[in-house]
Amino acid sequence: MVIGLSHYLTVAAILFTIGIFGIFLNRKNVIVILMSIELMLLAVNINLVAFSTHLNDLVGQVFALLVLTVAAGEAAIGLAILVTYFRNRGSIAVEDINLMKG
Amino acid sequence: MVAGLFFYLFSAVAVASAVMVISARNPVHSVLFLILCFFNAAGLFILMGAEFLAMILVVVYVGAVAVLFLFVVMMLDVDFVELRQGMLNYLPVGVTIGLIVLVELALVVGSWAVDPGLVKTASPTPSDITNTEALGRVLYTDFIFYFQAAGLVLLVAMIGAIVLTLRHKEGVKRQNIGDQVARGPATAIEVVKVKPGQGI
Repeated sequence: MVIGLSHYLTVAAILFTIGIFGIFLNRKNVIVILMSIELMLLAVNINLVAFSTHLNDLVGQVFALLVLTVAAGEAAIGLAILVTYFRNRGSIAVEDINLMKG
Repeated sequence: MVAGLFFYLFSAVAVASAVMVISARNPVHSVLFLILCFFNAAGLFILMGAEFLAMILVVVYVGAVAVLFLFVVMMLDVDFVELRQGMLNYLPVGVTIGLIVLVELALVVGSWAVDPGLVKTASPTPSDITNTEALGRVLYTDFIFYFQAAGLVLLVAMIGAIVLTLRHKEGVKRQNIGDQVARGPATAIEVVKVKPGQGI
């Protein structure tokens, strides 16, 4: 039972798919959408670290560190926007966010 | 053998808690399952030999991001039951797209191989030092620019979050340090001569 690269890639693929599925399943709830995005970034990180170990190359882990940084910043900004939006509108339903008619 | 067992344990719990994140009725439970998922991902990182990233994952995600999520979920007074209505409408398209992505990823993973002649290791992992030390050696020398850029990203995120959420309420008494420092005995003390038996 040797655990190789493909095992980790499979886990990461499943986690990534769950993240995408979560975005579609919780179309109205921004908080769960943000959590799904965090799940997807985690899957990407697992991929990067798996390849870094497989190729015996540290650059993958450095890149995973940068992805982690951006994910933390994204969560902070996203939640700040969410709080501001909730103060103004009293709701966090995604369907109401259509002021710019995008 | 033991590593294989732990791999299956960590990955099974991670996938199961990820499913719970997107399907839990209560968003607080979602956040807690997200924490569980990150812990198990940290276990997977340790199995892969990336101890430093595993610890960073626990510190950053469990210590900062998940707590932030928990704060926001508990602070916002949202009717989450109402938000869940119509969830089943999106189930078919979600399942379809999820399956498509999963099949694509499976095809990529299944049909993929590294040609050993093409691999040029940019910074090979030294075997005689720990993962943290090896990572520090490349991060502070070869990748110092990216490290600084990451710091800049965090600074911008911090300032942005503060600017977005800070608000000045009207009619709140605030401390004015300039006034306090400028205040002297001449303006602060008033001596009143009170005659006995008369009051002020």
